[in-house]
Amino acid sequence: MQTLLIFISAVLVNNFVLNRFLGICPFLGVSKKVETAVGMGLAVTFVMALASGVTYIVNAFILIPLNLDYLYNIAFILIIAALVQLVEMFIKKSSPSLYQALGIYLPLITTNCAVLGVTVINRANNYNFIVSVVHGVGAALGFTLAIVLFASIRERIERNHIPKAFQGFPIALITAGLMSIAFLGFTGMIKV
Amino acid sequence: MNALKIIKNGILDENPTFIQVVGMCPVLAVTTSAANGVGMGLSTTIVLICSNVVISLLRSFVPDTVRIPIFVVVISTFVTIVQFLLQAYLPALNDALGIFIPLIVVNCIILARAEAFASKHNPAAAALDGAGMGLGFTIALIIVGVIREFLGTGGVFNMEFTPAAFPRTIIMILPPGAFITLGCLMAALNALRGRAEKGGSVNTNASH
Repeated sequence: MQTLLIFISAVLVNNFVLNRFLGICPFLGVSKKVETAVGMGLAVTFVMALASGVTYIVNAFILIPLNLDYLYNIAFILIIAALVQLVEMFIKKSSPSLYQALGIYLPLITTNCAVLGVTVINRANNYNFIVSVVHGVGAALGFTLAIVLFASIRERIERNHIPKAFQGFPIALITAGLMSIAFLGFTGMIKV
Repeated sequence: MNALKIIKNGILDENPTFIQVVGMCPVLAVTTSAANGVGMGLSTTIVLICSNVVISLLRSFVPDTVRIPIFVVVISTFVTIVQFLLQAYLPALNDALGIFIPLIVVNCIILARAEAFASKHNPAAAALDGAGMGLGFTIALIIVGVIREFLGTGGVFNMEFTPAAFPRTIIMILPPGAFITLGCLMAALNALRGRAEKGGSVNTNASH
């Protein structure tokens, strides 16, 4: 039950993009088209689930027994970089069409602060292996939900008349602000 | 390039937040108060200067193919040091900034400066570039922080000076306020720049 609450809270209440401000760069950068937003979201989901599990194992079975806990930040970022590289190689071999579709977005995931963010939050909250992975998947689905909704709104905004000063980033940020207000409505749903 | 020009480049011409639009997560997340903005900005500046200097010193030894992992290790070393210093001497600030201190590692500004500037220039120039970019980032954080704190709590730097009748717009210190403040600020900058260009002004920097 607790695990389910953590999952729902990560998707809706503490939405990574709109509430915790993690992963803003891809949120603003890769959200011009719905298709690419979906691709980015799925790639991030995969990497975040893997990263949550692997960093838990490394932290619990290597860093803590060796008293190297204070190096977690360096260890986690290297794990994430290596994972992204592995996922890239794997997708390239197994499914060239998916690789084509994701293409340039894959390497960008390394510097997506949502991925490092989820591993640091897992560690700070002492989540166990299963809860870490569930939290990772939930956070990533929240990211996907936000970026896909945002991309579909932006596709509509494109065709509207917007004052010159607000074109580009300003209107995108204000749209995100309005979405964030909408997501505030979920706050009362769960107390975590 | 002289020293002043490098610093000015970071603060005005290529301001990381308002012109380059990189490293937006901390700008939105920690600016609930002006003091948090100062703390985050200075922490990032220290990491930026130190990593720029070290990467510049290493620039002739690092093989091109593995440069990014090496840069990341250098940056995360300095982030860990800054985190320890904050935990020891400024625990309150460390708690307020929370997860965003370890996340300085993935702040795009730092990796971008390592790649675009520090790996091609001498250590002195790299340090100045780090200082300029860091200050530009800090100034942006302070501007956003001051606006949000003033509208949300009626004060700045934890000092309330407006009368009780002044409306406190709580939403400005909640997450939506961050997006809306930054969106309006960038629109205002666009409008100023557009006006400066239309007026045929020679020095567009004055309007930033």
